[in-house]
Amino acid sequence: MATAAVAATGLHKSFGPVRAVDGIDMRIEPGEIVALLGPNGAGKTTTIEMILGLSHPDRGSVAVCGMSPGEAIRQGLVAAVMQTGGLLKDLTVAETVRLTASLFVQTRSVDEAMRRAGIADIADRMVGRCSGGQQQRLRFAMALLPDPELMILDEPTAGMDVQGRREFWTAIRQDADRGGTVLFATHYLEEADAYADRVILLRQGRIVADGTPGEIRGLAAGRTLRAVLPGADRAALAALPGVRSVEIRGDQVLIQATDSDAVARHLLTTTAARDVEITAHNLEDAFIELTADDATSVAVAS
Amino acid sequence: MSSDATVARPIAARRVPPLGGFNVTFLGIEVRRLLRNRRTVVFSVVLPVVFYLLFRNPSRRGGSTIEGAHVDAFVMVSLGVYGAIAASTSAGAMVAVERALGWSRQLRVTPLRPLAYMAIKVLTAMVLGALSVVVVFVAGAVTGVSMSASVWILSGLLAWCAALVFASFGVLMGYLLPSENVMQYLGPLTTLAAFFGGVLVPLTVLGATFQNIAQYTPAWGIGQIAHAPLVGSGYSAGAIANLLGWTAAFVLGAALLFRRDTQRV
Repeated sequence: MATAAVAATGLHKSFGPVRAVDGIDMRIEPGEIVALLGPNGAGKTTTIEMILGLSHPDRGSVAVCGMSPGEAIRQGLVAAVMQTGGLLKDLTVAETVRLTASLFVQTRSVDEAMRRAGIADIADRMVGRCSGGQQQRLRFAMALLPDPELMILDEPTAGMDVQGRREFWTAIRQDADRGGTVLFATHYLEEADAYADRVILLRQGRIVADGTPGEIRGLAAGRTLRAVLPGADRAALAALPGVRSVEIRGDQVLIQATDSDAVARHLLTTTAARDVEITAHNLEDAFIELTADDATSVAVAS
Repeated sequence: MSSDATVARPIAARRVPPLGGFNVTFLGIEVRRLLRNRRTVVFSVVLPVVFYLLFRNPSRRGGSTIEGAHVDAFVMVSLGVYGAIAASTSAGAMVAVERALGWSRQLRVTPLRPLAYMAIKVLTAMVLGALSVVVVFVAGAVTGVSMSASVWILSGLLAWCAALVFASFGVLMGYLLPSENVMQYLGPLTTLAAFFGGVLVPLTVLGATFQNIAQYTPAWGIGQIAHAPLVGSGYSAGAIANLLGWTAAFVLGAALLFRRDTQRV
């Protein structure tokens, strides 16, 4: 097997009584564009910090490009765009990029990085006078410099308007199309859906789903049927086309299905089910459901 | 998804930068950034010259002396030391700002090693310290201070040594006071240190008690040593002990806090 861009096993990290990361295993192959999706406090930033070597796991280990995070950073194999801060207000945009470039052995030209990130026109502006979106593009330019194998972005478009977000992601995709690996954290569902090849859903420090955006959407886009059906045959119901899960609570059955009509027809024509109720839920609902505190794990083949 | 069309490239190891990432481009940008900070420049370059012009004694040219040396020359060396202290402290204390802004953290996701970062901070402080000494000495030359060439050079270099001591002090304070306004505390603090160390005013104008206390303050040793070539007193063991002791204390303190900071997770 080729060297993984990220290989994490059994990552745990607690802050006092809070288990920020509670057993995460993940393997990201070179060339993948992966979204780490989850609500605030799900452990996204903590996971990223451990992948970057900014923090050490209490238990478990992480290898980046087949080496320790620190070594990968020193070789310029990994670059990161952090969530906030991290810029000096009294440098110009170009100076910031030039200073960063001076730290890498192998680097793109300052002009190229600024052009790709779309900040060539504000090269002489003081960082302190740049808008939030411009500062974020500056961070992106800095991360572009070493032409990293792995680019890590923590909530990269937080605070950007729709247009800014679209431009930012266009630039990221352009770069990723050259074969690099991208791992980004976000709590915007649409962002994960639109820009990632693979979505890892986090909740309370654990992975609750891992799959393509289509699969995650599938988890989300179905409908729930609820019916009263004493003595329901769980296996038979689960075997119906489009059924994802069957839950039996006493006399009640809860069925998650993509083809709710077929399931309803079956229930009403071949079983004794009554009080059939169908509720649709959208992507947002599913996201909330999957990441809610009492949600059960959902496994998706990746 | 467009990445279906892309071919993943195998990951190949790369070289690590020499000297932990230390380089002159970084140093140059840091110095320029420091000189852009008006408050730092006023405090560490302009103020010492203004003090010199205020404290020197133009009316009795050739008459008045301090410790056997011409007043103007003595005051010039004093303010060279003061300038080096002020400049290097404020430059070293920039780490406080950089930590507050998250810049130190950003640098940790680059190949720059912590020790190289520290070397750049101290060297930047030394450059500003040198500038401060040179500006005061030029003001001295313009206003008629005359010393032998060797005394000019030696006292200039020794005054500059103060920067080496106080750059560590600045870094130490930068870690102790994690504030963007760290200079609001350090400005008065360095001025006090210079005053009670006999750098801003000759110790003889202070009382005996103060003269005794002065010998244990951090600016006293380097003040004595920097004046030695001018007054021809030689280098006293007490002054050297004071200089080495405080330097060791500041470097050790800065190193400990720096270590704690870089290991913080």
